[in-house]
Amino acid sequence: MPTEAAELVFDEATKVYSGREGAAVDHLSLTVPAGEICVLVGPSGGGKTTALKLVNRLIPLTSGDIRIDGKSILDYDVTELRRSIGYVIQQVGLFPHYTVEGNVGIVPHLYGESRSWIKARSAELLDLVGLDPSYAKRFPAQLSGGERQRVGLARALAANPPLMLMDEPFGAIDPIVRARLQDEFLRLQQELRKTVVFVTHDVDEAIKVGDRIAILREGGRLAQYDTPRRILAEPADEFVAEFVGRDRALKGLALRTLGELELTPAAGADGLPRLPAETSLRDALALLIAERRDALLVVGADGSPLGIATREDLLA
Amino acid sequence: MSAPWVLGGGGPVIPKFGTPNQCLKNNGWFCPGWVRDHWSDILQPALIQHIELTVIAVGIGFVASFVLAFVGFRFRVFDLPLGAATDFLYTIPSIALFQLLVPFTGLTVTTIEIALISYTLFVLYRNIVTGLRGVPAEVLESARGMGLTRRQTFWRVEVPLAMPAILAGVRVATVSTISIATVGAFLIYYGLGGPIFDALGQPDIFRTELVAAGGLAILLALTADALIALLQRVLTPWNRIR
Repeated sequence: MPTEAAELVFDEATKVYSGREGAAVDHLSLTVPAGEICVLVGPSGGGKTTALKLVNRLIPLTSGDIRIDGKSILDYDVTELRRSIGYVIQQVGLFPHYTVEGNVGIVPHLYGESRSWIKARSAELLDLVGLDPSYAKRFPAQLSGGERQRVGLARALAANPPLMLMDEPFGAIDPIVRARLQDEFLRLQQELRKTVVFVTHDVDEAIKVGDRIAILREGGRLAQYDTPRRILAEPADEFVAEFVGRDRALKGLALRTLGELELTPAAGADGLPRLPAETSLRDALALLIAERRDALLVVGADGSPLGIATREDLLA
Repeated sequence: MSAPWVLGGGGPVIPKFGTPNQCLKNNGWFCPGWVRDHWSDILQPALIQHIELTVIAVGIGFVASFVLAFVGFRFRVFDLPLGAATDFLYTIPSIALFQLLVPFTGLTVTTIEIALISYTLFVLYRNIVTGLRGVPAEVLESARGMGLTRRQTFWRVEVPLAMPAILAGVRVATVSTISIATVGAFLIYYGLGGPIFDALGQPDIFRTELVAAGGLAILLALTADALIALLQRVLTPWNRIR
């Protein structure tokens, strides 16, 4: 079974649906480095889901190529290709007639893994996605939406694929559970370091989850492909600026922490509000505004002062 | 013209009386003595024949319907004509259908079976196709995305998920076959229809035989219904839990 994270390359990938005017995905070229999360985001009609499904050939390419670790997807046996890619969709699509364990074991079973191997692997994966081992024998109908999506994630990870495709995986889940799943997904990714293509229509989710963000515009054209920070700081054009929102400066602040600033030595810091170094600039600014202050003292994990940050420092 | 069982002026003397008693003389609705006496020579053989008729009809009907339903499901253009054909067969009155077949297959059990099978197609074909179509799109998409082949998807996903609808069809087909099969005795003395027609043929209607054979047909239908319902529960455990 596959293991190491793979590099994914879209090379002029194009999809034109017959009978429809214009391309759905138009000469898309981008490289997702191994072990990174690339978020495809954009308005509906931007071809994000189409682009995702081109990778596992659920939708056939019209022209161009997509390569996984240098090998064209067209050179794979299609069944083999799909089994080697983790696939998570918004509606999850668990098999209702399989238990949780059965669902997690689908791809390993196709690979011919033994029952006992699957049982052990399923227990391991349930633990990984934060579900109690007692869930193994339940049927999907007995799970909440969030639990189903966790099982969906466990199922996609079961054969340890080098590449994961996730199509709005948290789109149908209520905001509180969604935020928790996003956090857990990011924690998991710290451990697993998969190459992930993640589709969402939610800019905030893209900024939170993505190592890189590809913004697609109508007609499936790539508007910008960059890190969240650079997209927020230097949107390529009016469309991107509009899409990420007028509050992009604030969103950018949320991505940086006090610890990243150049601090002035902590002299005369008495009476300043104290904040730990891992606080985001956005939260720090919110505190300064709320308390009508101009500066704060950044402290380390042990509470020792690291230096002073002024309002100007935060906004610089 | 006198029927062979009418002897002289003593009123109807019903054959297979065994030991005549008051109940039979009054043509009672249910004389246990007669049932006991004729269980092994009339009722039991008829019941076994009836079960055979039903099992063979539903069995062959199921296999035929499954093949047809697969075609109608996979190749949509065939669905309408196949559905219409099974529909049409079902609309033919059973007595007429039995008669229509006689020139080809004669007064045989085969004739009865052919008619019974053709009636099962209607409900089985519809239910199997509907069941297969009812599999949620996202389940099919995830199956495809995980790399199940079409055949694997059919046998591991579509058929099991269609099972509640398929078994519901088998249930209806079985119960209605048990019922329609009694009409088969219009052709030849076979199955529970034999004693039923026999009883109806008597001048006053032989009530005990009618009630006993008819009752057996009802009991058989109820038992089959319950068994298939049980099978449904066993085969679709995921369906029970909500």
